[in-house]
Amino acid sequence: MKRVQYSSYFTQYFFIAPQLAIILIFLYLPIVQTFTDAFTIQDAFGFGRYFAGFDNFIFVLSDPNYVTALKFTLIFIVVITFFSCSIGLLLAVQANNVIHGKSAYKTLLIWPYAIAPAVVGVTANYFFSERLGILYNFFNGLWGFDWYDNIYDAYIYVFIAASWKQISANFIFFLAGLQNIQKSVIEASRIDCKSSFRRFWTITFPLLMPTTFFLIIINITYSFFDTLGIIDTTTIGAPSGETKTLVYKAYIDGFKGLDLGSAGAQSIIMMLIVLVITVFQFRFIEGKIHYN
Amino acid sequence: MSRYFRITITHSVLVWGVLLMIIPLWLIFASSTHSNSVIYNEGMQWKVGGELFENYDKVLNKRGGFTKEITASKIFLNSFIMAFGIATLSVIVSMMAAYSLVYFKTKFSSFFFWAIFITLLVPLELRILPSYQIVSDLNLTNSYAGLILPLSASAIATFFFRQYFRSIPDELLEAAKLDGANSWKFFVDFLLPLSKTMIAAMFIFMFVYGYNQYLWPLIMTTSEKYWTVVMGLKMLGVGGSADRYSYIILSLLTPVLIIIFLQRLFIQGLFQSK
Repeated sequence: MKRVQYSSYFTQYFFIAPQLAIILIFLYLPIVQTFTDAFTIQDAFGFGRYFAGFDNFIFVLSDPNYVTALKFTLIFIVVITFFSCSIGLLLAVQANNVIHGKSAYKTLLIWPYAIAPAVVGVTANYFFSERLGILYNFFNGLWGFDWYDNIYDAYIYVFIAASWKQISANFIFFLAGLQNIQKSVIEASRIDCKSSFRRFWTITFPLLMPTTFFLIIINITYSFFDTLGIIDTTTIGAPSGETKTLVYKAYIDGFKGLDLGSAGAQSIIMMLIVLVITVFQFRFIEGKIHYN
Repeated sequence: MSRYFRITITHSVLVWGVLLMIIPLWLIFASSTHSNSVIYNEGMQWKVGGELFENYDKVLNKRGGFTKEITASKIFLNSFIMAFGIATLSVIVSMMAAYSLVYFKTKFSSFFFWAIFITLLVPLELRILPSYQIVSDLNLTNSYAGLILPLSASAIATFFFRQYFRSIPDELLEAAKLDGANSWKFFVDFLLPLSKTMIAAMFIFMFVYGYNQYLWPLIMTTSEKYWTVVMGLKMLGVGGSADRYSYIILSLLTPVLIIIFLQRLFIQGLFQSK
């Protein structure tokens, strides 16, 4: 924290008031409502709500469809994080090595960052459409690919769409991380170790750890929340709900099914999951990224 | 020999990476220049066809939707307004909040800090139904304010500004105080010019964030006048007409061009706060 500061209450409130006002109306009120929904049940005729304790939570957690969505979300997170991180890292390491054409490669690799997940989803849809989709026909030629009926084929479809979009974000951060490593450390390691492969895993990679941790968190939040637009424009949960993420399921149950209690309970369960992730993130950002 | 070998490997890995990114885009673009019958019968095309202007003209100016009131140009304009509004507002709001958090010490400081950063736990996707309820109680559905306001208090942008302000040496404020600058003057004359790169980076970040919003505009805009890019995507569906590819190209154009042309500012800003 700063040693010297201002101590005027009025000015402090003035500067923070706009943000507090917006979050009060559009964040805190909805959150209170979410909790109300989660702990109440609407009666069958829609006249009133009564307190239901943890009934909504028990209902959600004992629903086999919810367990399916939970499992899928976990697999989804691990696969997306692994593939987009490793491809992003590979490309960043190579881009950091080249002398000629560095900025051209950079430009050609970062633009997908700016594409909306929903646009990626619609595009993937054309590649995976049954009649003339290029990737559909390619995989179909290999093993009779059919994501409309086969769970694992549907997995492959959404994994490819969701990972592709995230590669460039990982690339940007890994490249910045690599450029932050001091040249003298790398040069010193050149003298000690001839193999560039071993040098990477014993010197560079450990120095990249803060970036890697940070990116793992970023990728988890991406796979958790931002992929809603991808799921909604690709499989919509096909074959029969196996490719719904938790967020997508909560959205469908709430908006299409109008089951406020269940949607509220699902939101609170996810808040708890995000809480764990964020505590981890804060400890990491506050603790590790500050080293110089 | 081994050096040339390594350079070759490096470049070929990068070229593969670039192809992985570019080929899908190229296929979409090439397909967007053919006639509907070619696309319908043969699928995506590798070569550029002769219908470029016809297709793009049709997408931009043909009226669509349920009541035939909206054109895609209007859709893109709406998305631009939404993104621009979110970016402008959230940069102003977050920068002010971060200033308040870093440069003021009162007994409420840590309460404010937690009130803002706890909101990181609850992205829009987790409170979409009640948020919709509140916006509709305020009569803000089908309005730009309803599209922009709920998304313009970004805890992430506030966090970045906070980190940046904390990295500014204390001596700056000491010197400013010696010169008799009050808290207003310090903010406007010292911090604002100093934060130019950060402001640009956060503006770009929030613009892309706003432009690419999916769920919020989808549930917020029942009137076609306020449709954004996502509603157009929803109307596209699966299938094979060429103007759908043109629509995709047009819908990714704005944010992609912004990232390509402003990448230096964007990256500098994001990583100067480390």
